[in-house]
Amino acid sequence: MTEAADKDVPRAMHDMGGVSRYMCEPIDKEPHELTDFDREVDAIRQILGMKGVMSVDELRRGIEALPEADYLRLSYYERWLQAITATLLRKGVIAEAELQAVLGAAP
Amino acid sequence: MTLLETDSGRLLAALRGLLAEKGITDRAEIAERIAVTDAATPERGAAMVAKAWVDPGFRALMLADGAQAAESLGIPMRGMPPLGVLENTPDLHHLVVCTLCSCYPRAVLGYPPFWFKSTSYRARAVRDPEGVLAEWGTVLPASATIRVVDSTADYRWMVLPMRPEGTDGWSEERLAALVREGDMIGVTVPQLA
Amino acid sequence: MIAPGTRVRVRDDWPETRGPCHIRTPHYLRGETGTVTRHLGDFPNPEDLAFDRPAPRLPLYHVQFDIRRLWADGTPGADLLVEVFEPWLEVTS
Repeated sequence: MTEAADKDVPRAMHDMGGVSRYMCEPIDKEPHELTDFDREVDAIRQILGMKGVMSVDELRRGIEALPEADYLRLSYYERWLQAITATLLRKGVIAEAELQAVLGAAP
Repeated sequence: MTLLETDSGRLLAALRGLLAEKGITDRAEIAERIAVTDAATPERGAAMVAKAWVDPGFRALMLADGAQAAESLGIPMRGMPPLGVLENTPDLHHLVVCTLCSCYPRAVLGYPPFWFKSTSYRARAVRDPEGVLAEWGTVLPASATIRVVDSTADYRWMVLPMRPEGTDGWSEERLAALVREGDMIGVTVPQLA
Repeated sequence: MIAPGTRVRVRDDWPETRGPCHIRTPHYLRGETGTVTRHLGDFPNPEDLAFDRPAPRLPLYHVQFDIRRLWADGTPGADLLVEVFEPWLEVTS
């Protein structure tokens, strides 16, 4: 199947249903255990949702806003962490200066 | 340094610290949430499937309202999205995908597996479901047509597979042990070992 | 409310080209025709929720499509059920 078989449309990157370039790509069926990092990001996202700090749709919007190269480079939960942080910054839940101060401090 | 250039481990530590400082959440609450999430596994869905195979009343409830059926087995559903149940028959086989992200019936199956979130599964399932099933070696009876369900909005979908031949008289527990994660998404069908 | 069995066309609209948005109607359905099978309930509009705006509840439907009508090389005989919000649907019959 060729790229030419795709509808000639302004598709967003995450909107993957039926996209030709993936049609011949095998599916990786290996389990890939989650890491502690993955579990913590997942839990934080749930807590922020339950407390009304940010919705799952805001998370998705944040993931969809990632530049394509970053979307493809980052792992699944790294995308989530990027989207969560960007959303909290935009909503003023945390401030850019605060974040930079913490990141600048010794690890 | 921009957000996208920041090391993910350091970013998570920074976020965790700021959320604690602001009283939004703390390590104990995060640990508790992880434990609750880890407790949801495909065994929950398998218990529902096995009960539906032996109890017509439960099967009817499950098809009408998956969340209520799950709750009746003690599976916590509060705050979870509605659960729809898709019944496989000799003529119809369901396959669930989320082409836009990774919507998954987590309350009854747990975290989505890696393949469910992969670009190739998300892209191919809606256009080439037969080829996707072949990746798992799944062969359907000639009578069966495939119905793909793209989870785009507020529902989460699980498949109620067909009970395999040769399981007459089996207990619910023994039946439940047959049912795997993939059977409840539709990439596989339950098999006798 | 759109009754089950009604033929509908998914709007051939591309908000992606007009600026930041969040859409739950996949690109492969835009402009395509299907059949409403079920009203699934009314849910807050995700296009608003994504921007933390007040989100009116909208009717959500399961709409059935023939895969071969969407892709000429799709699995023969297979069909597809997708959740679509009412503002994306135009009744054709």
